[in-house]
Amino acid sequence: MLALVDCNSCYASCEQIFRPDLRGRPVVVLSNNDGFVVARSKEAKALGIGDLQPFFKIEHLLRRHKVAIFSSNYPLYGDISHRVMETLKGFSPEVEVYSIDEMFLNLYGLQEQWLDYGQRIRTTLWRDVRMPVGVGIAPSKTLAKLANRAAKKIASCNGVCALDTPQKWQWLQKRMPVDKVWGVGRRLAKRLGHLGIETAYDLAQANPKILRRHTNINIERTIEELNGVPCLSLEEQPPAKKQIYCTRSFGEKLTELQPIQQAISLYASRAAEKLRAQECLVASIHIFLHTSPHEPHYYSRSTLVQCPYATDDSRLIASLAKGAIAELYRPGHRFMKAGVGLVELVPRSLGQGDLFTAGQPARAGEMMQALDRVNQRFGRGTLFLGAEGVHKHWKMRQAYRSPAYTTRWEALPLVDV
Amino acid sequence: MKLATLYSHGVAAGFPSPADDHKEKSLSLDQHLITHPAATFMARANGDSMQGLGIFDRDLLVVDRSLTPVHGDVVVVALDGQLTCKVLDRHHGRLLSANDRYPPIPVWEGQELIVEGVVKASIRYHRPR
Repeated sequence: MLALVDCNSCYASCEQIFRPDLRGRPVVVLSNNDGFVVARSKEAKALGIGDLQPFFKIEHLLRRHKVAIFSSNYPLYGDISHRVMETLKGFSPEVEVYSIDEMFLNLYGLQEQWLDYGQRIRTTLWRDVRMPVGVGIAPSKTLAKLANRAAKKIASCNGVCALDTPQKWQWLQKRMPVDKVWGVGRRLAKRLGHLGIETAYDLAQANPKILRRHTNINIERTIEELNGVPCLSLEEQPPAKKQIYCTRSFGEKLTELQPIQQAISLYASRAAEKLRAQECLVASIHIFLHTSPHEPHYYSRSTLVQCPYATDDSRLIASLAKGAIAELYRPGHRFMKAGVGLVELVPRSLGQGDLFTAGQPARAGEMMQALDRVNQRFGRGTLFLGAEGVHKHWKMRQAYRSPAYTTRWEALPLVDV
Repeated sequence: MKLATLYSHGVAAGFPSPADDHKEKSLSLDQHLITHPAATFMARANGDSMQGLGIFDRDLLVVDRSLTPVHGDVVVVALDGQLTCKVLDRHHGRLLSANDRYPPIPVWEGQELIVEGVVKASIRYHRPR
């Protein structure tokens, strides 16, 4: 058996952990740059605030209902997610982090009353981390996803649903539209609809051999999974990222080249830092720049730059990115967003280079290590590239950001005594 | 590639240090103060009502959520939505300060008292940071 544990309104719940006054109240979290609503507490959903609504359009509504508004606080969410994961390890030695707010547990070999076990997971996570979760338990990942959905949508489940017999999962499948099945997107659902497959149950009963001709090979596995046969294994260790992207909207639209180059230099050195953390080198870099798609003359360009040798040197990566963005830049546009992608990665252990081509100088590697160590010890941005500029006017707007309660000494929660 | 790894192995030369056998991990305060890392958070004390127990303004509180609060524990509670540090008086259903200037706070029937965690330790700096 597997369990899927999913945090309820994860980001909004994180904001309530050190603000007990906000529990049970409407809370929303905005995307990077305060553009859209990306998380809503139950109470905010009840007010009719939709997912991904532009902040400026609903700001008056939020104010009228006294909704607590937060900018994204990723240091906090990352730390809380890690705590959830560590707590879950007490329930199963095998935990797969599927996303920041969803984790699969392998319950293989356990003989438990599943509903009790699920409730124990819930109460422990609430007690230790103050994170409300839903728990779905089933023999396959696809069914566990389905169970999790039921745990949240059906009030009498009280946050836990175990699909441990075909009778139970078929009952649920008959009431579940096929597009809610894990791995079935809206487009595929439409095509299945033409074949008379409307519900998850229809799909579970369909003939995989026939369906395969109309769709793709993955549908066969989905059908097996819907019938309780696990096909997707638990990946204990998520594979190292094959690409590293650092993309952000500017706080204000930029027309001049210099601030754009400063921004891209910062994104490049952030990406390089991540690259070093996973012990890789990069061989080619993707750089892009664009205006808002709502602007009258939408302008969007990207380019791929080959590095002279595989590198993890922030200075080299930033200068390549800076050069590339100058090529992409055109005056007369109001640019909204830029990004750096490290797209061709090689493990550092394989990047020794051979005798005939120059590789990264050893001293560059040492310098980057020193840089990372200083920034780890004294806080991000203690040392940075001059190319990033000193006054970062183009920085993201985060007007409503809460303190990093768990990761910065100066931001610890205050307790009245 | 194989060749490269061969050469990159550190080759041990000379005698091993006789101290190697006696190596022990250095002491860590984390290990001493934090038994449940995932359930522990830190907070800053704000006020003087707990001075009698040696908790002064600006002291650091190490708070463990996973401990079951018992009578006499120093706890952090959510009182009217505010995080507050007091002594839990289970027997009389009230919260106590450790300073004569602050009377006990009764918890009325039906009022919900949420213990946010047990204060496992507090840290006092003897030289301003």
